[in-house]
Amino acid sequence: MSEQEPDTPHVPAPSLWPIGFAIGIACVLVGLVVSVPVLVIGVILSLVFAVLWVRDLSGKRPAPAAATPKPAVATEADLGATTDRATFLSLATIGVGGLIGAGVTLPVLGFGVLPSFVGDGIESKEVDLGPISNFPEGAYVIATYLEDPEQGEVTRRTAFVRNNGRTESGEPSFTTLFSRCVHLGCPVQPNGPIDEEARQEVGEVELRPVLAASFGCPCHGGLYDSEGNRTAGPPVRALDRYEFSIKNGNLVLGKLFSVGDVDGNGAKARLTKYYRAYPGVHVDGLEKWLYPIPTPGSTN
Amino acid sequence: MAKSARRRQLEAAALYPVDWVEERSGLVGYTKWFLFRKVPHDISWAQTLGAATLTAFIVQAVTGVVLAFYYKPDPANAYASVQNITEEVTLGWLVRGMHKWGASVFIILMFFHMARTFLFGAYKYPRELNWIIGVLLLVLGMAEGFTGYLLPWDNTAYWATVVGININATGPFVGPFLAQFLQGGLNIGPDTLSKFYALHMLLLPGGIMALIGLHLYLVVRLGVTSPPWSSTAAGRARPETNGRQGLIRDPRASEGGQE
Repeated sequence: MSEQEPDTPHVPAPSLWPIGFAIGIACVLVGLVVSVPVLVIGVILSLVFAVLWVRDLSGKRPAPAAATPKPAVATEADLGATTDRATFLSLATIGVGGLIGAGVTLPVLGFGVLPSFVGDGIESKEVDLGPISNFPEGAYVIATYLEDPEQGEVTRRTAFVRNNGRTESGEPSFTTLFSRCVHLGCPVQPNGPIDEEARQEVGEVELRPVLAASFGCPCHGGLYDSEGNRTAGPPVRALDRYEFSIKNGNLVLGKLFSVGDVDGNGAKARLTKYYRAYPGVHVDGLEKWLYPIPTPGSTN
Repeated sequence: MAKSARRRQLEAAALYPVDWVEERSGLVGYTKWFLFRKVPHDISWAQTLGAATLTAFIVQAVTGVVLAFYYKPDPANAYASVQNITEEVTLGWLVRGMHKWGASVFIILMFFHMARTFLFGAYKYPRELNWIIGVLLLVLGMAEGFTGYLLPWDNTAYWATVVGININATGPFVGPFLAQFLQGGLNIGPDTLSKFYALHMLLLPGGIMALIGLHLYLVVRLGVTSPPWSSTAAGRARPETNGRQGLIRDPRASEGGQE
């Protein structure tokens, strides 16, 4: 290192020629695509300005400007003024930066979180299970269907449907259990033989009669009786159910709701209906105070 | 030993680019500060568990990027694309295996590293903050495991994630909202898969990398702890040097390091 002042930055003198050089290069590139004359002009411009630029660089550096005389010691007032100005500028930068940041972050955060909570895409569709005659009185039928056929197998749902005949007031009565365990959401299985011979398809729905008076969950051993009441294991409430209606003689499943306990059975069963809750969430008793707010989306 | 002129010339030529970078960035100095630092003389293999965990994470990051070349995060294609990686793509079985088993290695090493830190008392003043960062890293690592488990999109993945999300839902007050956010509805749907994929390969790794940076900065700044049985750290002489070197706090140690 033979530099006399090693700490001096190796900065060349200011020069305007690079601008001309850049224009020349731009002319070359445009000319290559568009026309030969422009190309020639570009080449000439680039060469001329390149020579000028190199000559500028290799020429003698201008002497550094004479050091400006050091100002006299600043007064208290001067210092105060600069501090105020500096403080104002920092605060303004933080403030404006914060506003811009919030303007960018909040919508993105909202998009990231809100769709899950305003019920996007969880509008429940009605499922037509076909004529009531498909459901023999007093026995369960396993109904399997795709909630949203466009989305495929991921929306496959299973219901256990039992025809209870008629209530005392003459209304048709069905027990319509949702197959997901109310412990942690595994698929509950009916404890009994499935009559595969009597399997039939009604539209997109598959119906299979089963001889079952209870249901069991393979994951953690939850057991339910024929009304969906928990009889053993970790579930915290009775199985969820579908609302149902009879339209043109067809049984139609509506939206899901949660159930505390079921009293009685069959057409005489009495139960309290709650908003659809997640598995493992208590809907009645003392523990329901742990879950005070119904999940948005569970109410539609 | 005097160096020949030729050798000096060669060294200068080799060092020129290093000096060039150093003069413009100071990075060479920082690298030396990071790599060539003093550690207690009585550390052992136990103190390498952190570096092992870091290596496991780097393996996960690299294999994950390559797997993302071939993985398709939508319900119709996810399972088939994983089968394609395993069966068809050259060496895909190896990279998927590295990622799958490496995930367990990463988690296990984190626990070993944490156990070493706990048993050696290396979480005490002034290293409490680094313990907290480490705990956050453990949480993020677990979240990586949870979100990654869904991606093969087979029955195990599906039902394990149903159960996992519903375990979140049972948390008092916030649980149902957490579950709702994770699966984007009342059941696992098509959005769940792409959401888990984005969390698994963008948000969580980003957080882990940032926290690893902080973690390492604090390790370098605060230094490595001696093991609890270290005689030097306890103020006694280093046995093999008989008090001539090492950190000596107890004046009696200079008389031969008696107990």
